[in-house]
This record gives sequence, C-alpha cells and structure tokens, in this order.
Amino acid sequence: MEAYWEPVWLTLKLAAVTTLILLVAGTPLAWWLAKSRNWWRDLIGSLVALPLVLPPTVLGFYLLLLLGPAGPIGRLTQGLGWGTLAFTFPGLVVGSVLYSLPFVVQPIRNAFEALGERPLEVAATLRASPVQRFFDVALPLARSGFLTGAVLGFAHTVGEFGVVLMIGGNIPGETKVLSVAIYDHVEALEWGQAHWLAGGMLLFSFVVIFAMYRMEKRWR
Amino acid sequence: MSQIEISLRHRLGDFQLAVEFQTAGHGVTALFGPSGCGKTSVLRAVAGLLRVGQGLVRINGDCWQSDTHFVPVHRRALGYVFQEASLFAHLSVERNLLYGWRRVAPAQRRLGFDTVVELLGIGPLLSRDTRVLSGGERQRVAIGRALLTSPRLLLMDEPLSALDQTARRAIFPYLESVHRELSVPSLYVSHDPDEVAHLADHLVLLDAGRVVASGSAADLLTRLDLPLARFEGATAVVQGRVAEYDPHYALSWIELHGGRVAIAGSQLPRAEMARVQIRARDVSLALSAPTDSSILNLLPVRVSGLEDVSDAHRLVRLQLGDGQKLLARITRRSGDTLGLQPGMAVYAQVKSVALMD
Repeated sequence: MEAYWEPVWLTLKLAAVTTLILLVAGTPLAWWLAKSRNWWRDLIGSLVALPLVLPPTVLGFYLLLLLGPAGPIGRLTQGLGWGTLAFTFPGLVVGSVLYSLPFVVQPIRNAFEALGERPLEVAATLRASPVQRFFDVALPLARSGFLTGAVLGFAHTVGEFGVVLMIGGNIPGETKVLSVAIYDHVEALEWGQAHWLAGGMLLFSFVVIFAMYRMEKRWR
Repeated sequence: MSQIEISLRHRLGDFQLAVEFQTAGHGVTALFGPSGCGKTSVLRAVAGLLRVGQGLVRINGDCWQSDTHFVPVHRRALGYVFQEASLFAHLSVERNLLYGWRRVAPAQRRLGFDTVVELLGIGPLLSRDTRVLSGGERQRVAIGRALLTSPRLLLMDEPLSALDQTARRAIFPYLESVHRELSVPSLYVSHDPDEVAHLADHLVLLDAGRVVASGSAADLLTRLDLPLARFEGATAVVQGRVAEYDPHYALSWIELHGGRVAIAGSQLPRAEMARVQIRARDVSLALSAPTDSSILNLLPVRVSGLEDVSDAHRLVRLQLGDGQKLLARITRRSGDTLGLQPGMAVYAQVKSVALMD
C-alpha cells in the first residue's frame, strides 16, 4: 500500500517545491520582463516562453546532456561532490522548474503589466521608496496573477511526463511520479490501478482549476 | 523671498518642452493652456515623475533638481493629485489616506488627520471600500491623501476633468476651502478658463511647450492679447471691501473704487475683503451714468484697450480708479456708436456679480 501512495506523495512534493522555487525566482524575472524597456527583454521573454511550444522530451534530452556525467553542469556538480543530478529528485526539480517556468512567470508578468505605472507613481508621490512600492502596491495589486501562476505551475508540474521520463527515469521513491506510475500500470495491464490514479488525477485537476476560477473572482 | 522657480528643457519625440517661469511661493498658480501644450509634462517634471534632461526646480528654498542633482520623487515634499483619483484598490479609504501620512515623521506633520478629513467631508467614507465611492468622493479622498503628507507644494493635474458637471460643482467648495484654509502653495493644471478664474491667484499660460505669459491671475485674465480674455465666458476678478448689508432687499454691497456692486442673498461680514467674478458678457457700457436702469451695479472706469474678437464682437478692457481690471464684451456696432477709444471715461453697468470666496 505504501508503494502505491509513493508516486502520489512524490508528485505533490515535486510540484510544491517547484512552485515555491518558481514563485520566488519567477517574481523578479516577471517584474523585469514587465518593466524593462531593454531590447533583450524580448530575447529573455522568448526563452522563458520556450517550454510552452517545445516537446517536453526535447527539453528533457538537453537537460540530460547538461546534467549528465559528461555535461558541463554534471561535471560542475561532480566537482562540488554532489554527484550528478540526472535520475535524482533534485534533477527532477531542475527539469520541472524549467518546464513550468512560463506557466508561473507569464501570469505574474501580465498582472504587473496590467497594473500600469500609475499606482506606483502615486505611491512614489506618497513617499514610498522603490522597494516599498513593490511590496505595498505592486505585489498586492498583482495577487490574482500570483494565484493563477501558482496554481498553473503546480498543476502543470503534477501533469508532467516527458521531462521526467528523460531526466528522472523511473526510480521508486526518488523519481517515479504519478504520470510515470500510470504509464507503468498500463504497460503492465494493471487497468484497475491505472484507473484509480488516472481518475484521481482527473478529479484533482478539475478541483484545482475550479477553485482557482472561484478565488480569482473574489481576489480581483 | 519665498518663491517657486522652474526651468525645464526636454524633448518628447518631436515635442520640445522649453519652459521657464517663476511664481509666488504661496497661493494657487494655474498652468493653463490647450491640450497637448505640455502642462502635464511640466507638472510631472516638477514632481520628478518625468525625468527631464535639463531642469531646475526650486520650491521655496528647497532645490529638487538642478544640473548637479536630482531628488527622487519619494524624497520630495510634494502632494500630487492625478486626473483620475487613482486610489489603491486593495486598501480601504482610511488606509489610502494613511498610506503617505505614516511615512512622514510626526514632527513634520503640519496637517492633522482630523483637520483634513473634516475639511474634505470624507469622515463618513473612512471604512468604505474605494470601489463603492462616487467619482467626486474618490477625488476628495485622493486630495486628502496627498494633503496628509504635509506637502510643501501641492500639484494638481486637472483634478476635476474626469468628473461630470454636477460632481464638479459639488467638489469645488472643497477645493476652495483647501486653498483658503491650508497654506499649501499649489500648481494647478487646467484647460478650463472657468476653473482658472475661480481658483488661480497666479497664472502661467502655456502653448506648444513654451510659456506665453505668466503673472497675476487678475491681470492675465483680462489681457486682450491672451487667449483667456477671448473665451466666450471670459471673466475678470476684482476685490473690494464689504460696505453694508441691506436686509430689506437681501443684498450685500461691495465697494469698488468709485462704485459698488451688489451680491444677492448672502450677508457678508462688514469691512471684510471680498473677491468677485465679473463676466465680460455681463458688462455693458454707457457714456453717462444711467438713472433709469434696473442694473444696480455701476462702476466708473476708463477704457484701457479694445480688440475685435469676431466679426460682431469687441472686447473692451477697463480699468477701475485703483488699477483693477474688468472686461466688457460688446458688439462692434455698440463700440462704434459710443465711439470708444483708449483713455475714455465711461460707466460699466454690471448685470451680475458672483462672489468667489
């Protein structure tokens, strides 16, 4: 029974860690993308959006090369005594963060852009420093963007398959997440177990999206 | 001497802003001009919201910008009221008001919370959500929020233009009491001649990014070579002492050099100074003092200038014995019939006079 719940627990852990990292790292990135007038803003913006169109296996493949024992990042992590990240949970987190990046950054960026300059200018004339303006005005006014970003990032990570398979493999308790477990069950013709997991995921996804719509309305 | 000194040079696309003026460091200075003349840019530059390449901004001894330094917006002791109230949607009315207030050191607070709230009549709104306020209420809260930072200069960018006529009329008394009761100098951007005539002590006229004229409002409002006098609703502002109140007819009489005018309805305190507005189209001229007219207000004046403003109309600038100016908008035909010439002594009959304060 424990082995049965393991992929579920692992998936939730991965999604939570990924979402947290994306909220912390994605916010300054989204702010910069929303506010910068620099020409290479569009360059970075395109890179961030890339996982939207890229087949996950492509992303997974390059990550495997980068993180693997012969890749530059692999060599670096080995040099630091961490071993390689490929086929480990941290490696999975790296992959998920990149894979779900646009789903978190884009809604936050949109919210910052929709804000416009006016509230920040008002705050400036009311003696608020740039940092205070960001925390007192920009963040609370963009909260619906954060909600959307967090929910989409979480849900998207829960549903990932291709990247996981490429850089995580299928190690129980380490990298065997829900989507991979379902695949396994189907391969083994264990339809009953596959049904439970797949049906659970369907319900979960629906509840998440529904809750998000309800909350967004109230938060606006 | 306390004063406001502004000099700005800036290029915005193919629009060139080159503005330089000085004005008194007290009272209301209106920046007036047609849309697109650069008045909002001037205001934003004074606030530091628009960073101009070359600028000097000195407010009663505080230097906010010069060639060598630039004080960031949040370190300037200013209050800014935008065209739209721009209240923070995530805060209640009270927290909006307190947003700037709590950032000002207690020792530097010159305007009390209760004073401002009462002056603007926003006490009943304090606990409300900003989204349920009417346009006029929102703008009053915005003005209060700006005032609560105890600014040394209040900048107002057409604060009434987003309001409908009724709301505008309702908010006007509040604006007037702000300017009268709190001695905060302000720069007030407007393209509405009525608003300017009502509120301004000093005027800076702008056109195409340049200063056309600047000086006292009473003088500039009646200058025949400037656009304000040419508006349909052109107005002169004069002041005089309250002479007496006639309770039988409910009229307050105000003494103007050599003549007097009556204000209907209100009893004004005797010997107080009162400012009144006289519209150019409410003034007619006569060569001798008429004795059989329904018009009460009769002022001996001297013609100081004439200008045809249309094929049919002529604008006459008039001077009272003490140098105060009036305007009369008459037909060219009447002007020719009376043979009006600069220097002539005539009688101005004023159909109606509006009290300003």
